[in-house]
Amino acid sequence: MTVPAEAGAAPAVRTGRRERLRSRAFAPTLICLGLLLVVSLTAGLAIGSVHVPPGEVWGIVTHAFGGELSEPTWSRARETIVLDVRAPRVLLGAVTGAGLAVVGTAMQALVRNPLAEPYLLGVSSGASLGAVAVIVFGVSLAGPVPLSAAAFVGALLTLLLVYSTARAGGRITSVRLVLSGVAVAAVLTAVTDLLLLTAGRGNEARTVLAWTLGGLGGVQWSTLWLPGTALLLGIGVLLVRARSLNLLLTGEEAATTMGLDVARFRVRMFVVLSLVTGVLVAAAGPIGFVGLMLPHIVRLFVGGDHRRVLPTAALAGAVFLVWTDIAARTVAAPMEIPVGVLTALCGGPFFLWLLRRDARRNTDRGVG
Amino acid sequence: MTAAELAVENVTLTAGAYRLVREVSLTARPGEVVGLVGPNGSGKSSLLRAVYRVLRPDSGRVRVDGADAWSLPVRRLARTLASVVQEPGADFDLTVREVVAMGRTPHKRLFDGDTAEDARIIDTALASVDATQLTTRSFDRLSGGERQRVLIARALAQQPGLLVLDEPTNHLDIRHQLEVLGVLRRLPATVLVALHDLNLAAYYCDRLYVLREGEVVASGPPAAVLTPGLLAEVYGVASEVAVHPRTGAPQVTFLPGEPRESGRGGATMH
Repeated sequence: MTVPAEAGAAPAVRTGRRERLRSRAFAPTLICLGLLLVVSLTAGLAIGSVHVPPGEVWGIVTHAFGGELSEPTWSRARETIVLDVRAPRVLLGAVTGAGLAVVGTAMQALVRNPLAEPYLLGVSSGASLGAVAVIVFGVSLAGPVPLSAAAFVGALLTLLLVYSTARAGGRITSVRLVLSGVAVAAVLTAVTDLLLLTAGRGNEARTVLAWTLGGLGGVQWSTLWLPGTALLLGIGVLLVRARSLNLLLTGEEAATTMGLDVARFRVRMFVVLSLVTGVLVAAAGPIGFVGLMLPHIVRLFVGGDHRRVLPTAALAGAVFLVWTDIAARTVAAPMEIPVGVLTALCGGPFFLWLLRRDARRNTDRGVG
Repeated sequence: MTAAELAVENVTLTAGAYRLVREVSLTARPGEVVGLVGPNGSGKSSLLRAVYRVLRPDSGRVRVDGADAWSLPVRRLARTLASVVQEPGADFDLTVREVVAMGRTPHKRLFDGDTAEDARIIDTALASVDATQLTTRSFDRLSGGERQRVLIARALAQQPGLLVLDEPTNHLDIRHQLEVLGVLRRLPATVLVALHDLNLAAYYCDRLYVLREGEVVASGPPAAVLTPGLLAEVYGVASEVAVHPRTGAPQVTFLPGEPRESGRGGATMH
């Protein structure tokens, strides 16, 4: 059938100003962020206890990829610092930032709440517990794969638990969601601490404790493939299902009437999100608030359509975490601040602002 | 899409120990506009939810073009059946156009993009509910009536053969009430609509089903169903019903005071 044309003929195809602005803003935003990411990665390789000029960074990097653009004019020590110490760390920062931002974006749509985020919902704590259990019980020798697998299982179980708790009795409210997330996270963190304290391996416990604060140090080239693969897989799946994520924004019943099997879709996406979160937590520790802040900031620029939000959030998250890590390495040098502490410093206030904005909007609309 | 046929067969719905709808049967032939009326809590919304596949019947069937709506894949059903539901959405800064564009989703495969044809359908849907000027506005910032019209446009963009609406004229001013019902009337689709306003129902619907406490108590053409006797029985109000000289539809006037016992009209009483 065709939709009947009322009140005169259908208007000429007239996309609105705001929408035009956004779709016009989308490509330039992506390009700008892409360039910014290159600059950020360069900065990440250049800045540190030993300063390497950007030109030299590029010389080292291109040389390592077989480009003979420039004769090596740098010392071997510098090459080692840039390629073996800093590069994996900077890349892990980018991957983690992108992954957390994307996971946060999707999670907000799936539980239909703007405050959703892996850290606030306790998912990161679940992943931590899984990983710590593996370390403490000594399977860590088996490498990053079992660690990530355990973190994934922990993340998925936590997500399902928090979601079903918040959901009991119908519609999820922000209060119930965040409270159940906080409560579950508290219990899981306590269990994690208990495991660490009773494990009785002094030094190991301290290392793991540092890791539970979230940090990008200590990563090696040999383990980087895992978070990288998880990220690409996650973004791929989410982009393919971006339309379905959009549908959920308008309500579950509405999404059903537009052809989405909501329950099945949600469980599948929970698995994907837990996988990405688990692998990232196993690699970098629980880093909070990136998944909360970035999606909201990105939506201001490109609107709410996930086909635009997801790629933009990925790039923005990468840029954000690379710079946060640079700050973590330099502000208190030679001491290093866990990057999770810094993201919480920015994210906490952001969370409070979001909470107030939500309350204000609900009052405006007369919703309780 | 051609108009679809709806048959609800002996549907019973419960929520926990509470029975919402009992043994309701209802049909809508292709192209018909069928109205569902009844007091608050009579089970109208529940029945509609069973039709658009949100509330699973405990017994009975919902058939759309003969096929069991509950055993079809969700997406397949969504290409035939669209609905406008009463549900608050989340706050995620989508434009009106983006919301209406979602109506195209069931016609899309995973990797399909938006085509010029989609754009045309979306524009026409917006125009038909007088919402063209809202296109670029943020959906979150609309008034209740504007939202309602946009959601109807989204359902139209689905190009359904069967449209199910739960009180679509809620929040609308009288002009937009008439406009929206006019659109539904002219749609080449079958329409099942729950309405509060009996006079609008009488004028725009081909047939009415009257629900009370989860059961159908009368059905038939408006003139046969809307009688003072039935209104007294179902709503507990006194009324006079006359045929309006210009519209030719029954016109209900409610009277203050207790209803008197009076003869019933020619409605099919169940």
